[in-house]
Amino acid sequence: MTAHETSQTRIAPAWTQQLRALLRSQESVLLFITVIAVLILSTQTDKFLTVRNLLNQGRLMTEIGLIALPMTYIIVTGGIDLSVGSIAGLSAIMLGYGWYNLGLPLELAIVLALVIGAIAGFANGLFIILFRVPPLIMTLATLAFYRGLAEGIAQARSVRDYPEWFYALGQRETLGIPNQLYFLVIAAIITAIILSRTTFGRSLYAIGNNELAARFSGIPVRRNKLIIYTLSGFMSGFAGYVLVSRVSTTRSDMGSGWELDAIAAVVLGGTSIFGGSGSIVGTMIGLVLIQLLKNGLALTGVTGDATIVVIGSVLILSTLINSVIQRRVEGL
Amino acid sequence: MASITQTVSVRRQRFSPSSILRSVLGSQESVLLLALILLIVWVGSENRQFLATRNMVNVFAGNAYIAIAALGMTMVIITGNIDISVGSLMVTLSMLSGAISVYDGYPSWVSTDLTIALAWVLPVIVGALVGAIIGFIVTYLRIPAIVVTLGFLSILKGLLIIVSGGDRITGMPKGYALAQIRPLEDVSMPIFPAFFQTLTMPVFFMVILTILVALWMRYSPTGRALYAVGGNAEAARLSGISRHRVVMTAFILNGVFVGIAAVMNATQFSVIQVTLPPIELTIITATVVGGVSILGGTGTVVGAMLAAIFLNTITKALVFLDISPFWTRAIQGMLILITVLADLYRRHRQSA
Repeated sequence: MTAHETSQTRIAPAWTQQLRALLRSQESVLLFITVIAVLILSTQTDKFLTVRNLLNQGRLMTEIGLIALPMTYIIVTGGIDLSVGSIAGLSAIMLGYGWYNLGLPLELAIVLALVIGAIAGFANGLFIILFRVPPLIMTLATLAFYRGLAEGIAQARSVRDYPEWFYALGQRETLGIPNQLYFLVIAAIITAIILSRTTFGRSLYAIGNNELAARFSGIPVRRNKLIIYTLSGFMSGFAGYVLVSRVSTTRSDMGSGWELDAIAAVVLGGTSIFGGSGSIVGTMIGLVLIQLLKNGLALTGVTGDATIVVIGSVLILSTLINSVIQRRVEGL
Repeated sequence: MASITQTVSVRRQRFSPSSILRSVLGSQESVLLLALILLIVWVGSENRQFLATRNMVNVFAGNAYIAIAALGMTMVIITGNIDISVGSLMVTLSMLSGAISVYDGYPSWVSTDLTIALAWVLPVIVGALVGAIIGFIVTYLRIPAIVVTLGFLSILKGLLIIVSGGDRITGMPKGYALAQIRPLEDVSMPIFPAFFQTLTMPVFFMVILTILVALWMRYSPTGRALYAVGGNAEAARLSGISRHRVVMTAFILNGVFVGIAAVMNATQFSVIQVTLPPIELTIITATVVGGVSILGGTGTVVGAMLAAIFLNTITKALVFLDISPFWTRAIQGMLILITVLADLYRRHRQSA
């Protein structure tokens, strides 16, 4: 889908050239790798390529996916957000704390969790634009700080026994499809359209390519950065809520390590870690590839630990393949 | 100790008290040293127990392995790269060290002493090898360090659990516990004799290695080249510095220091476990709080060492101030933020 979009941005005189560009785009290379992986895995076990299993994998990857979408925006601008897992944990704790300890109605506690997430992301963005703290440092500090708040507020107590309706988002299906998957798909479509079709989205690429030039061309660099970090916080909070609904309990260590999973999906999806290029479609393929590898290998009897070895290798190899192809495309 | 730039500037403007104060606060190292002393004095006055010899030794020794690993991280970050696989690597090398020491299938001519020596040395060599592989991929295959080391984080973590079976290692031979040795036990020091006699090996490794590396980075051509590459890669290239060689060196040395840190970590207690707390984040935090710019080109290992001690002091202090340990990370995070903001503010003032 975005393979089309990327190729359209170049002016292609003939359809053959267009096709060639399409085939060489990061997304199609990755899609090719994914198809190969699925084919190999499905010959190894017949439990893998079933609708039921695949939908279940969709359920499991939703939280990381929700975070990886705004992470793509941030990495496209040349930034990074390491605090997403901690924000998810903090939001989850605030949900449980608001409902159980503060006695808020559960609906209000959910809103509280989302608002806290957004505020946490807003604070990241504010420091980054006001004091020019490098995003890596800022979010490294808040990775510790937000997780610390979650631990301090929770005091190692977990909250469970939510009312039945609360689990609908995380554990039930509509029309046979897990409920949270709808949110992921809708969020992916909206973020993809914004990134590739709106002035705001294109400005993110401009910021990532040359921030100074972007500022001089009248792009509201600081405002746009503030927006994406706030969005990242909000989505992390939402992912925290989805997780609580899926696993039925609230603990302060929820979401630990999510930052690396989300970044892995984005980078695997072909977004340059230096900013300036990348797409939501790539991120979604990266996300799916990681989840399918995890699941497929587990089903074929590979232990979970060997799986992460494979994922790590795939991350490096696919980046290598892509960089070789892109270098050839650019004629370097 | 606190950086040579400081002594230089003090000499230049020695007459005005305010300018002396300004230049003392002009380097991250001296700010950290001051903050560390103030923190220890303050917590000590709140609770005398904090100043007990045993606890003071813990304050300095507890994060020594972090400080040792931060030496390598400092070099890597100064060249404009980063390594987020160090936590996985360190735990892997710790397990390797323990496994070598308890393995019982050696041929008969291998003495226990040799086994122990192998257990101390081999992790360092393997660390250097892993560093070389990462360095090769970063430089010659031109993949960003953050991506390569993100991959290695998974690869090493997985391999570790497969090889070790997730088990813990116990029953290491007598004499293996390098980190529990007290080198000054029988030496009588003129000041704080009890403190120096109780100091354990990791502190000595930390201090000596930090001094050596600080001198190396300041005075050797390769050490200076680290800054040159991180500060301005193009200028470095034009002055005949091979960026690839320098970055390779940084990653290999990083592996070596992670290896040494792993041995310190493994020999500290009588059990070695596959626990994977985010050590890499603590190491990066120490490096950054120590004043190493994440954009490359500036920073010193002395700052990183002081920061590692500072972070550990905070953790230990909370216990003595009767603050719930669950707040530790929140307070640490806030302090990291304050240090970084102070550093940015100071740089801004200096450049203005």
